[in-house]
Amino acid sequence: MNADLLVDVLKRAVAKGATAADGFLAEDSHFTASVRLGELETVTHARDQRLSLRVFAGRASAAASTSDFSRASLERLVDEATMLAKITAEDPCAGLPDPGELIACVPDLALEDTSGGEPTPEEKIEIARTCEAAALESDPRVTNSEGAEYYDRRTRYAYATSHGFAEGYRTTSFGISVSPVAARNGEMQRDYWYSTARKRSGVEDPAAVGRTAAHRAVRRLGARKIKTVEVPVIFDTETAASLVRSVASAASGPSLYRRASFLLDRLGTKIAAPGVTIVDDALIRGGLGSRPFDGEGLAAGRTVLVREGVLESYLLDTYSARKLGMKSTHHAARDGSGVAVSTSNLMLLPGTAKPADLIASVKSGFYVTELIGFGVNGVTGDYSRGAVGLWIENGELAYPVEEVTVAGNLLAMFAAIDGVGDDLVLHDRTASPTLKIGRMVVAGN
Amino acid sequence: MKELVPTRPESFFSDRFNVNPSLMEKVLGSNLIGRVDDADIYLEYCINEELLLEEGSVKKASRHVSQGAGVRALAGTRTGYAHTDDISMQNLEEAARQARAIADRGGASAAVALPSRGRPHDLYTLAEPPVAADLARKLELLKRVDAATRAADARVTQVIASLASEEVVLLIATASGWTVGDIRPLTRLNVTAIAEENGRREIGSHGGGGRVPFDWFLEEERWRRFASEAARQAVLKLRAVEAPAGAMTVVLGPGWPGILLHEAIGHGLEGDFNRKGTSAFAGRLGQRVASELVTVVDDGTIPNRRGSLNVDDEGTPTGRTVLIEKGILTGYMQDRLNARLMGMKPTGNGRRESYAHPPLPRMTNTFMLAGEDDPEDILRSVTRGLYAVTFGGGQVDITNGKFVFSASEAYLIEDGRVGAPVKGATLIGSGPEALTRVSRVGRDLKLDEGVGTCGKDGQSVPVGVGLPTIRIDEMTVGGTAV
Repeated sequence: MNADLLVDVLKRAVAKGATAADGFLAEDSHFTASVRLGELETVTHARDQRLSLRVFAGRASAAASTSDFSRASLERLVDEATMLAKITAEDPCAGLPDPGELIACVPDLALEDTSGGEPTPEEKIEIARTCEAAALESDPRVTNSEGAEYYDRRTRYAYATSHGFAEGYRTTSFGISVSPVAARNGEMQRDYWYSTARKRSGVEDPAAVGRTAAHRAVRRLGARKIKTVEVPVIFDTETAASLVRSVASAASGPSLYRRASFLLDRLGTKIAAPGVTIVDDALIRGGLGSRPFDGEGLAAGRTVLVREGVLESYLLDTYSARKLGMKSTHHAARDGSGVAVSTSNLMLLPGTAKPADLIASVKSGFYVTELIGFGVNGVTGDYSRGAVGLWIENGELAYPVEEVTVAGNLLAMFAAIDGVGDDLVLHDRTASPTLKIGRMVVAGN
Repeated sequence: MKELVPTRPESFFSDRFNVNPSLMEKVLGSNLIGRVDDADIYLEYCINEELLLEEGSVKKASRHVSQGAGVRALAGTRTGYAHTDDISMQNLEEAARQARAIADRGGASAAVALPSRGRPHDLYTLAEPPVAADLARKLELLKRVDAATRAADARVTQVIASLASEEVVLLIATASGWTVGDIRPLTRLNVTAIAEENGRREIGSHGGGGRVPFDWFLEEERWRRFASEAARQAVLKLRAVEAPAGAMTVVLGPGWPGILLHEAIGHGLEGDFNRKGTSAFAGRLGQRVASELVTVVDDGTIPNRRGSLNVDDEGTPTGRTVLIEKGILTGYMQDRLNARLMGMKPTGNGRRESYAHPPLPRMTNTFMLAGEDDPEDILRSVTRGLYAVTFGGGQVDITNGKFVFSASEAYLIEDGRVGAPVKGATLIGSGPEALTRVSRVGRDLKLDEGVGTCGKDGQSVPVGVGLPTIRIDEMTVGGTAV
């Protein structure tokens, strides 16, 4: 690992007058191959690297990053960061975490595939081809495709501080995705499915992914617009996960100290129905969002964000915690401009309802399978997004629906969750079971 | 910092990395020319500076450097792409070999790349690029923005102001023996205000920028307008009522609401989706897709605009492409790959986020030409509807043509008069249909202030939009008031 390079950079920062500094280094190599209608379309090989540095001049700080690891460039990086730190304002909350809080022993979370047996590029292309072929063959109405993609990625991370801390870890990820197009009577519908995992063997069967994507595209054919109505709305696992993400975003430190969150001043209060428990767990072995420590070297763990409807914790890095008079929850993430807050494996825990029973419980309602647009106001929780899905009639999925919106307020929506499915699968970094919301406005004609 | 502002891309890459056009051509010649249909090498060096003010002082400052080279080989419909962040002849040779491997995999193709020679524009040469402007002046501006936003209304409790400045130096060598460079400045000032009253909180944002010098923010006191706009929006929304739900007449204000065009038709007219037949507009050239009042262009040649380029990221000079003329679909936006495969001409729309991404057909500045109506008359013509003047983001499903864009400042229209402000709501429509319902077009065409960023296939690029006031006879508004 290139932690030595990082340590040298931090030493130089201190020599240049920084009172403290920390840095994060990521090195990544990846390969992607896409095929379309059976033909190879794009192959990409790449290596990327980035060193991000944060320096403190007393209680003032600045950040810099570079992908150029030449000596001259790294020296310039340090000089610019220390120069910038001298012009920024003092902030009593700025600073590194206490060295005593840094992770002592980095756990092995099985985030790297060390099994070897690297397939050839041809074999990787064949995986994408198999995935797309399964989509095209599974239904005669699947007549076109935006293509299928295979990717693999190896990343090495290192974190170091001017206190002398230096640790690192490695991850791998592998994935396939496909986007088939179904057509009938001049109408075209596209959908998508994917599988991604830390280990090569964890990726789902490419043909199964292809068939799922085809099924999703075909079931959209014949979509109609409906009359504007207020009905129960069921979010499938993918769209429900986006609701969970919105809650986490409102619970993150920077949104809170900026007073730009609908969860402000709600810690310890009921923000959702009793069936709702939301957990962020960074230590799941092989988890797509797992990390042994956060972007400030603090041991990552399991945080209960919402327990049985009550907001139990925010998601904080050191700075936002100090701003709020709290302790970091070890959710720091490094981004280009310094430190941000991010979730790890974020999930709404499963309930006991079978998804089919949730659907069966609705006389007339909307089953949402895709959301588009950016209509979420994190300050007020007001929610209005474009939606695609299936209309529920007498407890059964009756016909596809498109060109409608679903709208409400996230607090009211979470309070109105009256069904939580038993179908949680950690398919991505954020996951949810099927969720049923008692009533929402669906706008159409 | 002056050293980071080169006069010519050729000398910049030659001085810093010992890579020059003749060496780039050698890499192309020895590895790619004659074996593939098209190829290029793209060198990029980017400096980015961000200053963030919150709680009255600038506590966050950062500076980032990205550099790298991308080598691309195209054969038939296949693209091989390799990139490295270490610019050296050895890495270029290696990348070229990796990129070429794709060409060796499949059958030959007949289509040969068109030469892309043409005179690059000179749209944004600046005496002092924004990254080079004095930091003390930038800090001072952010402090004045903070004070002005707070002074605008006592209910403003938080102000977040950010100033981003960027300089990209690039050099492109193509297989047709054409080497061209560009130096692209870009800056943006953004102001966000949080207003509070009686336990209710709201947010307002405004900003602008372009390929302009730092002083542009000071001219006409633009910064002050951004500040007061952010405050005004936040305070206005404190008394917003529930937005209506359902189909109704919608009037869009001038400028940024042009995001309608970007989503409703822009993406659907990008070459790749049409070549693949996956766009709702595929095969519809020459057909009516909008009312005859509607003419829409994509123009990358407007001086100093955020979406403008002297040459696109494949070295093709940008142009002005008429997408819809009096309601008839007349053109697609093309990069070299899709133009070659469709037997069309590249339009200067091949863009990439950075050296780490292969180019795609993308928009530049997309807008509707002005009509003849008085904007006031347009509003007066509506008995019941929604008047939307500011939007957040939008998104489109290219294949079925359904698109959304989210209004952040909108009002009810009652009997021809602008009424109460409503909460944010998403508007949804169908691309091939929405513009057929445009019944009035104002004479007040305005381009946006320069804040747009478009995402496609995980790649972000700066873009512009523009619109005169228009009336759309029916659109679905995604509010909560049934």
